[in-house]
Parts: sequence; structure tokens; C-alpha cells
Amino acid sequence: MLEILRKTNIDFMGQRKWAFLFSGIMVVLGIVALVQIARGSANLGIDFSGGTAVQLKFDQAIRIDEARKALEANGLDNAELQEFGQENKLLIRLKTSTTIEEKVADRVVAVFTKEFSSNHFVIDSSTEIGPTIGQKLQEDALIAIIISFAGIVLYVAARFELRFGIAAAVATFHDVLAVLGAFYILDKEITLLVVTALLTLAGYSMTDTVVVFDRIRENLRMRRRESEETIINNAVNQVLSRTIVTSLTVVLVLIPLTLAGGEVLHDFSLALLWGVIFGTYSSVFVASPLLMLWPGGSGRLLKRS
Amino acid sequence: MKKVGGRLTLLALVVVMSVIFFLPSYPPLYHALPDLLKRVMPNKGITLGLDLQGGIHLVMEVDEDRAVEIAVDRSVASLQDQLVDKKIPVESVTRTGPTQVTIQFQNGDLKAQIQKMIDDYPTFSETESAGSANRLVWELREAEAKRIKDSAINQALETIRNRIDQFGVTEPIVQRQGLKQIVVQLPGVKEPKRARDLIKETALLEFKMLDEDNQSRLDLPARIPKDKEQEVLNQAEAKIPAGDQILFERGVDKDTGREYRIPYLVKKRVMLTGDVLSDARVSIGQFNDPYVSITFDSKGGREFERITGDNIKKRMAIVLDNTIYSAPVIQDRITGGHAQITGTFSMQEANDLAIVLRAGALPAPLKIIQDLTVGPSLGKDSIEKGVQATLFAGAMVVVFMIVYYRLSGVIADFALVLNLLCLIGALSALNATLTLPGIAGIVLTIGMGVDSNVLIFERIREELRLGKAVRLAVDGGYDKALLTIVDSHVTTLITGVALFLFGTGPIKGFAVTLCLGIGINLFTALIGTKVIFDLLNQRHKVEQLSI
Repeated sequence: MLEILRKTNIDFMGQRKWAFLFSGIMVVLGIVALVQIARGSANLGIDFSGGTAVQLKFDQAIRIDEARKALEANGLDNAELQEFGQENKLLIRLKTSTTIEEKVADRVVAVFTKEFSSNHFVIDSSTEIGPTIGQKLQEDALIAIIISFAGIVLYVAARFELRFGIAAAVATFHDVLAVLGAFYILDKEITLLVVTALLTLAGYSMTDTVVVFDRIRENLRMRRRESEETIINNAVNQVLSRTIVTSLTVVLVLIPLTLAGGEVLHDFSLALLWGVIFGTYSSVFVASPLLMLWPGGSGRLLKRS
Repeated sequence: MKKVGGRLTLLALVVVMSVIFFLPSYPPLYHALPDLLKRVMPNKGITLGLDLQGGIHLVMEVDEDRAVEIAVDRSVASLQDQLVDKKIPVESVTRTGPTQVTIQFQNGDLKAQIQKMIDDYPTFSETESAGSANRLVWELREAEAKRIKDSAINQALETIRNRIDQFGVTEPIVQRQGLKQIVVQLPGVKEPKRARDLIKETALLEFKMLDEDNQSRLDLPARIPKDKEQEVLNQAEAKIPAGDQILFERGVDKDTGREYRIPYLVKKRVMLTGDVLSDARVSIGQFNDPYVSITFDSKGGREFERITGDNIKKRMAIVLDNTIYSAPVIQDRITGGHAQITGTFSMQEANDLAIVLRAGALPAPLKIIQDLTVGPSLGKDSIEKGVQATLFAGAMVVVFMIVYYRLSGVIADFALVLNLLCLIGALSALNATLTLPGIAGIVLTIGMGVDSNVLIFERIREELRLGKAVRLAVDGGYDKALLTIVDSHVTTLITGVALFLFGTGPIKGFAVTLCLGIGINLFTALIGTKVIFDLLNQRHKVEQLSI
């Protein structure tokens, strides 16, 4: 039997002060990011903010500063440029949206055709999104997130106790905020695909937490005489090897996707990768200790056994 | 000992069904099948989303207010004609607001006579005219404005559908979204710009007379470079007679290949519109230059004959979307209902023009509010890299499970493959569209599938450590992991359902794969692998489990 961990007996609950401190910082970061998004000053992808993005694939290498100069000379200021290394790909993003008379994407293409006539290119993709659509997308995403959280709290509360439901929801929210905060600090663009990744990791983190809670519930029923702290600690230790093996397999999937999955999948996989790490950490260090903050008064779980 | 026969049959059935549904999604294999088989099998599988195969996704809004204005303008023109016919001298009939028409006249005695003409325009009502003796104001009824707006979107939808059908795209989607939006999806289009222009072109064809008498007074430049139109308009603005406008003819210099414009003074009155066309085709002229020959329907043919007969030796402009294509001199009365639109076209431009003329004009301009265009190369890159990375990642997991759990790991890998197969089969059966977020959903469910097996195996190990016999340990492991697996899956399912109900576009695609994957996971984890363990136990007395 190959084992990563033998029987462990780590005092996770004893470390909860440090965990809460670290998590608190991450959550604050995430909230700052959230506020900045609401204020419109975060690096929102054009699918949310509205605007134009054109990705060009050149035959020869192109220098960003020259590209920027060419755009500015033709009245396209404030373009954000990003290049994708070896493949001579250039992503041009503008937060101005197209009017009926004039397509911004066509203008961008015209500029490059004119200014870099010797360097042939093809259009990889072009995206134009009106401001009203972005607004609606933001609202829809928000509603979906609120509803799903409410649903999960209710389900876990019904299957366990209310405090379990709330702790699971808080831990999951913590993971989402932490990744969002990390994206904000690194000034990474928050696109619809990144939001999808956040939702995926919410699902993943929830699963992880429920698995630990399940064991806590089981132990609560079996060992009534021990203190709650011991019971929770034991439960976390018992499922520890499962937690690590599972996370390891998911990380095994995500590392190649992040490194070699292509530019479209890169940010998505990166968000998921961080999410898995935070999710694993939070089910051990956040969700379970949260139960300690709110000791089970009703004892409903015990009665049902 | 539990019976395994029933469960094994179920498992085999699921696998066979999945393969059958999946086959059409993989053309090389599907086409190799004998025709007899193809006839009884489903013929449609997974469609790749635009982000994966390239193409255009457009969301457009019909400019409804403009549609109403256009309708009012038509009434104005028709009223003008009627007034001329009845020989009632009025000073002007103009649209003075979005839905308002004002009729000015010198002779106050005419008021009652003009007032009566509203009987011919039941969609208008008279307002605030009492105070003035020389003026009548008509207002379009609100119900009619609403009807025009409503029909504008349906008409636009119909027109766009016609145009795309003729353009030839496989599996286009043209749909109404909400009250006034139109969604168009053209997968795999190689020339996105051309397709977009074809959709967006209003294609309002009009025949108008040149105002040659007044043109000389304006001393318009003979030929101007493209983009200088506004300057000409600004200069001439004050001198343009009422009821006239300046339009530009488009031309291309044969030597330099540069586009130029020729300004003309044109009477605003529309003699004939493209409504009366019955056909439009591309023909080749004597100098090998393509032109579009149009055929009028019988009513249009008679009209055209009358107009040309009345205007011999005068010049008539053929105007498409406010650009003059040609302005020939009418040599003779034209009978037979045919006409030609010449101009400096490339073959492709002439082709596209014929398409939009056949499909009809849009009731109003379209506003593109979302435009996602993915070039075929990026889509291909995404797929190739994504698939390679996923395969590599999958291989690592498969190897890891075998190293860590030995024979049981092989069983888990079997579950993984089963999972993937069922998921793809289910997606094919639903004819789902696979997008990048959809792939994300698959990755998540695969992860959950592995997790379920890990949970079960860790539980079995615990039971074995307690010294239980293999069969009891396996049963115990499954029993104890069951609740955990159900709980974790249901919570994720809640997320999936919420995302499906409230998410839009790509998020919805993610939700579909997630919800399907969860159901399939439960099946493979609780039935798929268990039956293998039971089979092992039944055939051989397993003393030691390789786990």
C-alpha cells in the first residue's frame, strides 16, 4: 500500500489564529478587488466593460512600443497591448466601443495594414461588446452566484446544521475572494472565462469542504464524549490523505493546462490552480475552525444518529 | 453475494449508447460506417462553439425609432404625390418630429380640403392644427408606431435569414433574443468582414431623379477623394434647394485603384424602391465588368415604364443606402421590367449586391452591440493546444492512480474513461455546443470523478486497516463513502442549476456540462466501479486487495 501520509495527528484547530489572520488578509484583498470592480476601476475584460479587442498574428516579430506609436499616430489612444511571446501574436484592447458608423476593430486592422505593410498578419480574433451587454452580463453573473450560494447554505443546513452551511459558504466565498484578490494584485484581466473559473473553483472548494464536514458529522455521532475540538481535529486528520491525493490529481491536470494549454486557457487554468490550492487550505484551516466559533448548541446531529 | 449480471448489462448498455451518440461528432469514423448503419443512427453530434472552430457571433439591435421615421417618411412622400395629382398647391409637407408630419400652405381656403385627405391615412391623427390657418399637423398613432417597431424586428430577422441562406454558411443561427435583439451565429466563416457587411447592409434601393437644372448653380466639384464628402456638404448646404439633397456616386480610378466620389444634386422624392423587385442577378458586361441586372414585378415594371416614359433625356440615379451606384440618362421608355445597376464592382461585390437585393431591404439600420469574431487559426490553435494539454494531464492522472492504488487504480482509471465517454455521449445526444467554458465543466467533473474514487478507496483502506475481510471492507468503504459523495455532488449540482437558470451564453454551456457530469459521476462511482470489485470478489476469493 503506497501512502503519502500515514496516520496523522496534527493539531489543525490549534493553528486557527494564524489561519484566520492569513485568510483575513486574503479576504480583505478580495473585497478591495470586488469594490474596485463595482467602481469600474479594476482590470475588467471587455466582455464586462464593453469595448474592442483584436488579436493579430504576425509573420515577423512586432515591437510593442512601435505598435503603440502607430496606433496613437492614428488617433487610437489608450490601447492596451499585450504580446504572446514566440508566436508574434499581439492583443490590442480598447475600451471604446463601436458606433454604427465606425467599427473600431476595422480601424485597428487598417492602422496595422498601413503602418506595418511589410509584416503580413492574420486576424486571430476580434471582439466588440457594447456597454449595455456588459452590464447585463455582470448582473446575470451576480444573480447566479447569489442564488447558488443561498441554495448551498440551505442544503448543507438541512443535511447538517445551519452553522455547517454557513461555514461552508463562508469558506467557499473566501476561496473565490482570495483568487479574485490575487488576480487584482497581479493586474490580470478579469474576463468571463475567469469568472467561469471562479465558479468552477467554488464548486470544487464546496465539495472539498463537504467531505471534511461529513467526517466531522460522522465522528460527532460516534464519539460523544470527546471535546468538539478533538473531534474536528480527528476528522480533518482522517480525511487528510484523501484531501491531499484529490488536490494532487487536480493540480496534476491543471499544471500542463496552465503551461501549455494556449493563451485562451492560460488565465482560466491559473485561476483554477490557485483556487484548488486555496480550496484545499480552506477546507482544513478555514471551514472546520469556523465551526469552533459557533459551537453546536442544538445537538440536532447527535439526536439523529 | 450480490448479483452482478444486471448491473453489468446496464453498464454495457450505457457504453454502447454513448458510443452510438458520440460517433457523429467524429466525422472520420462516422463516414467510414456503412450507409445502412448510418440510416438508423443519430446523424448529429456535438457542435464546436465559435471559440473553438472560429466564426462570428453577432448581437444586433434594430434601430426601431429609425424604422418608424422611415415609415413616416414614406407617408410624406405618398402624400406629396397625392397632392400633386389632385393639383392642390401646398408649400411643404415635411416630417417635423419622429412621428409628426407638418403640412404648410399659403391659401387658407385649402385647409378643409387637405384636412379631408387624412381619410386615406388612417394611421395618422390630426393634432394642434386648430390654431393656425396655414398649417396642419398630423401625428402617427401610437398603436401604429408600436406595430411598426414590432414588425421591424421580425422583418429584419426574415431578411437576415434570407441573406445568410444565400451566402451559404453551414448551420447558421439567426434568433430573436429578448424584445429587440437579434443574435446571429455563423460558425466557421472564412471571411468574417464580408459576412458582417452582408448582414448589416440596409440595402434600401431607390430610384431618384437628378436635379440637373439646379446642379450647375451649386458649382459642385467634379470629383473628390473618398472621405471629403462632409466638406462638400458643408460648403453647399446653404444653396441646396428645398426638396433636394446631395448624394455621392462611388467610383474607382482604373489606373491608381483609388476610390473617389462624384457629388450630384438629387431630388429627395423617391420614384421607386426595391420593394418591387422580383429578382436580381449578376451578369457580365462587354468589357468583362460585372453588373447586377434586376427584374421588377408586374406592378414595378409598369411603374418603371411610366417613370422612364415621363423622364426621357433626364438622368435617373440608382441609389443604394444613400450612395449612387450609377446615374444613367434615360434614353427611351423602358418596357419589360428590366434594369441594370452598373458601377465599378468586383465580381464578389456584384454577387453580394445581388444577394442583398434579392433578400430585400432591412426595415431600419442595425446596430451591432456585440461582435465576437474568432479566426479559424486561433480556434484551431486553441483546440490543438487544449487537447494536447488535456491528454497529457489525463495521462498523468491515470499513471498516478495506478502507481498509488495499483489494481484499484486501474479500476478508477476505467471509471475515468467511462465517465468521459458517457459525458461526451450525453452531450452528443443533446446536440450540445462545446465551448471552452464547457471544456472547463468537463475538467471539473473529471476531477470530481477522481475524487469520488479516492474517497471510496481511502475508506476501503481504513476498513482494511481495521482488519476486515476484503469483501466486507469494499462494501463498507462504498457504504460509508456513499453519503459523502451524494452530499458533495448535490451541493455542486445546486451551483450548476443556478448557473444554468440565471447564467447567459458561455456560463450556461459550463452549467450544462457540469450538471450532466455530476449525474454521470454518481453512476460511474457508485455502480460502475463497484460492479468490477464485486466481479473480482465473485470470480476469485480475493484474500488481498491491491489498493
